Amino acid sequence: MFDFASVANWLDEWLNGLMPSWLATTTECILVALFLLIAYSVIAMIYIMYERWVCGWIQCRRGPLRVGPAGTLQIFADVVKILSKEIITLWSNDKFLFFLAPFLVVLASVMTFACLPWGKGLQFIDFNIGVFFIIAVSSIGVLGILLAGWSSNSKYTLIGAMRSGAQMISYELSVGISILTIVCLAGTMSITGIVEAQEDCWFLFKGHLPALLAFIIYIIAANAENNRGPFDLPEAEHELTAGYHTEYSGIHYGLFYLAEYLNLFVVSGIASLLFLGGWMPLHIPGLDGFNAVMDYIPSTLWFLGKAFFMTFIFMWIRWSFPRVRIDQMLALEWRYLMPIGLVNLVVMAIVVTQGWHL
Amino acid sequence: MKHEDFKDNGYIEDLVAQLNGAGVNVIVGKADQLMNWSRANSLWPFCFGTSCCAIEFMCLGAARYDMARFGAEVARNSPRQADYIMCQGTITYRMAPVLKRLYEQMAEPKYVIACGACTVSGGPFKNSYCVVKGIDEIIPVDVYLPGCPPRPEAMFYALMQLQRKIKVTKFFGGANRKEKLTYAPENKAE
Amino acid sequence: MAELKELIGKLCPTAQFDDSGEFLLVTVEDAHWHQLACSLKTELHFDQLMALVGMDWGTTLGVVYYLTNTVTGDIIHVKVETDDRENPRIHSVSDIWAVANYQEREAYDFFGIIFINHPDMRRFFLRNDWVGHPLRKDYDASPEKNPIRLDDETNEDYTCSYREDENGKVTKVDGKVFEDDEYVINVGPQHPSTHGVMRYRVSLDGEMVKKVDVVSGYIHRGIEKMCESLTYPQTLLYTERMDYMAAHINRHCLCLCIEKALGIEVPRRAELIRLMMDELMRLSSHLLSYGCLTMDQGATTAFFYGFRDRELIYDIFDRTCGARMSMSYATIGGVVADIHPDFIKDVRHACDVIEKNMKEYHQLFTGNVIARNRMVGVGVLSKEQAIDYAITGPSGRASGCHCDVRKTHPYSLYNEFDFDEVVRTEGDSMARYMVRMDEMVQSIKILRQACDKLEQEGIEGEYIAKVPKMIKLPAGHWYQQVEASRGTFGVYIESDGDPKPFQKPTRMHFQSPCFNLIGVVDLTCRDNMIADLITITASIDFVIPDIDR
Repeated sequence: MFDFASVANWLDEWLNGLMPSWLATTTECILVALFLLIAYSVIAMIYIMYERWVCGWIQCRRGPLRVGPAGTLQIFADVVKILSKEIITLWSNDKFLFFLAPFLVVLASVMTFACLPWGKGLQFIDFNIGVFFIIAVSSIGVLGILLAGWSSNSKYTLIGAMRSGAQMISYELSVGISILTIVCLAGTMSITGIVEAQEDCWFLFKGHLPALLAFIIYIIAANAENNRGPFDLPEAEHELTAGYHTEYSGIHYGLFYLAEYLNLFVVSGIASLLFLGGWMPLHIPGLDGFNAVMDYIPSTLWFLGKAFFMTFIFMWIRWSFPRVRIDQMLALEWRYLMPIGLVNLVVMAIVVTQGWHL
Repeated sequence: MKHEDFKDNGYIEDLVAQLNGAGVNVIVGKADQLMNWSRANSLWPFCFGTSCCAIEFMCLGAARYDMARFGAEVARNSPRQADYIMCQGTITYRMAPVLKRLYEQMAEPKYVIACGACTVSGGPFKNSYCVVKGIDEIIPVDVYLPGCPPRPEAMFYALMQLQRKIKVTKFFGGANRKEKLTYAPENKAE
Repeated sequence: MAELKELIGKLCPTAQFDDSGEFLLVTVEDAHWHQLACSLKTELHFDQLMALVGMDWGTTLGVVYYLTNTVTGDIIHVKVETDDRENPRIHSVSDIWAVANYQEREAYDFFGIIFINHPDMRRFFLRNDWVGHPLRKDYDASPEKNPIRLDDETNEDYTCSYREDENGKVTKVDGKVFEDDEYVINVGPQHPSTHGVMRYRVSLDGEMVKKVDVVSGYIHRGIEKMCESLTYPQTLLYTERMDYMAAHINRHCLCLCIEKALGIEVPRRAELIRLMMDELMRLSSHLLSYGCLTMDQGATTAFFYGFRDRELIYDIFDRTCGARMSMSYATIGGVVADIHPDFIKDVRHACDVIEKNMKEYHQLFTGNVIARNRMVGVGVLSKEQAIDYAITGPSGRASGCHCDVRKTHPYSLYNEFDFDEVVRTEGDSMARYMVRMDEMVQSIKILRQACDKLEQEGIEGEYIAKVPKMIKLPAGHWYQQVEASRGTFGVYIESDGDPKPFQKPTRMHFQSPCFNLIGVVDLTCRDNMIADLITITASIDFVIPDIDR
């Protein structure tokens, strides 16, 4: 399998040969940041279209098809338009926080996005505590949403913000616990380590029942963490018009929109990383011929394919289920998901220590 | 439907000819084209229905007519994020200040389609003591769409007519929405 | 009727009776009215106030009350007059029948009649700063008096109430709608789930709703006033624009009322076609309310499913009537045009498709655990409350009232059809939703029978009776009610028997079902969450133009 680390190493050596090492590092940083931002916006744009098509398909519609061939240029029209829309400044709000909020939300999603393993050796950040870092930075998002709701100085946005505060902080626990379950199975917090531990068999199959349970808990909690699907209470269109971002217009709203879809990609990416082997091809122990064929498919394709598949599941859930009520949502987390998750973690620990996994 | 198939857009064609008559800078012209193309193709409606026309508008969004094909399915409930307001249904004296305020809350560029006989002229309620005889008494209107209520096909026609109108605006060259001055909010800090 | 007359005569010796019309008419003086109302409810069991019609007879102002006994189905109407045009006062009955609360506010708004002891005498439909009372005959309609005001309307935080003490002295008392430190949010007038331009001022405690103040009138178009300046056939078009989801049914009702007054015999075939259109309309309406209920709860896909099947019904309308909505099909004496040759085939097809897809709807939404959690036990309306607030239609039947006019006072050809009245007893949002779903099955059943009947009795035939060119009603008043898709729709016509051509009604009142439905919003939403407010209002399912008229 092609290792992207060799490209990075070659680039590093070439730059170091051209210029002093401090300049080389700076150039590398700029290159990486550029690449990150481009990937970020491209993925977000693809995801917005993906959602619109999937939603159309589920609802017996065609979805966008008139702008460009089969509607592919639709998203560019949307982007240019939203960039050129007026940004409305309100006279009665806290302007600094109001403008800061969308950037905080985007910042959180960019930072988590940077941790995803795109392919073998293709990764922006690779710590030994990568998973921990993901959990940590993803919580900045809630701060942005809270600020957005509060600084808009509107009653609707305030309710939306309070709802999202309660929701995201609660569900972060479940996300954390289900991730911990997998860390327990993998024995490492490094993202590369987790992916490589799944070489012979993906964790979803490897960990038996506890891994499956963790997977289900993760899907539910990630949906809530993302303000999507049956848990879209903070922006609940039919209750709060547009929730916390009611007062945002133009590109500020666009940033929320962008971050929402990017977060969708991030949670799908993390799901595929933790449960479906990240960029690791599908290997079935014993079938060497089959495994060799699978190895020929590039690792990036594997990762993107899995992420898109997970996203499809998230979208399917979103468009099928009605929205839960705030008390039911909190009851689901604190009465069911978290206790089950904790028990599941203990079970996983026992499974690992006894060596019952595959 | 192709642009040439419409035979009744003479005035828009004239407008284009007039606008381009003085000659346009290549860069500005191309940038304008890009801007207009994107604005015309990404029209997010504001959900504003007061009566019957709103049901036809829902049909417009539903499976058979599917305004998502135009990329216009992102119906926003917050006026700040919407691009055009398709005013569906009668506007009464009590609703008039609300409509005006909603219009003012929208971010530029914003467009208005007066959808249905009531919004065009008061329609069947013209003789009423509390119905506004056409929403153009309150806010500027871009496209008038008669019908009681208009069929979804007619609404598409209005949408496409609005797209055509948008495509002749100038973003980089000159101001093109003079109404802005006339309809400026009088006192923001009330 | 004679028996009733005797009984009421005992209760109130000063009452005058007139039994020449369809129902017994009792005329009482205002001084005795409140007492009589009490005894009518407690002793004669007239527990439902169906309609309250404000009237201006030129010299006197007054109110006509339509009362019904929900057990026996008896209907009487009571007339109360006052000749003080400057300061008209009538005693309120809102303490006896809760539905009178909003009805009396409407009468105050239109006629300026002050109801003594009414808790909240604010305007209901028109702006607070409106000059005059528009339905009075001497109303000055000049635009200078009431121009389009573009300044924002002030919130009326104070209610005023006219209280009478023991000595009969009436004093004005101010009350407060909300306390100063309450967190009040505006749901509407422009809000995605008010289904139009309705405004609730909701006082919140966290997510809990403490009180809902309904502010209506954002789509009040003055239909009743306009009808007074039009001839009878011209008034027909407005019925379709009130509850546009019951366009055929409302129009049918007005036609029936005028036909009743004129004594026109409608051809059986025409009546059958009208009935089929009514049921198709009901089907389409219930599909829409399914769609809106699901969408308000966030299940967007279910909405699209509902709308997909509505298109089939629209196609039938389109082919026969020439329009998708506002069909203008029923007319005085029959229907305006014959049915499309494929009509029966299309109806059968639509019935089959919808019946098949009903399963899908239930799978997608009804059985869903989130949907059940959100609807079961939420917004419970007891049977007593439903009768007190005159809640009819699916919402009333969900609370256990047998209020289907098709069964209680059969009109048209409904007594020939075999169908069940869907009644549930839970009274919660789920019951209201399920009643609609089950009623769709019943409508399909009626439609299939009607198709058979139409085939047996001749696909072709006459569709309109001989109707005089000039429609002139004799002097008198008529009331007709039908089962519209959201409840009992009633039309009240009063004519002075003017012999001139192009006769116009003296008063035409539409008793819309949705008007009563908003009366229970505060009652059912209190102490529920804000998300439940959306569920409850969606399950009660009203159409705003029908409320505001």
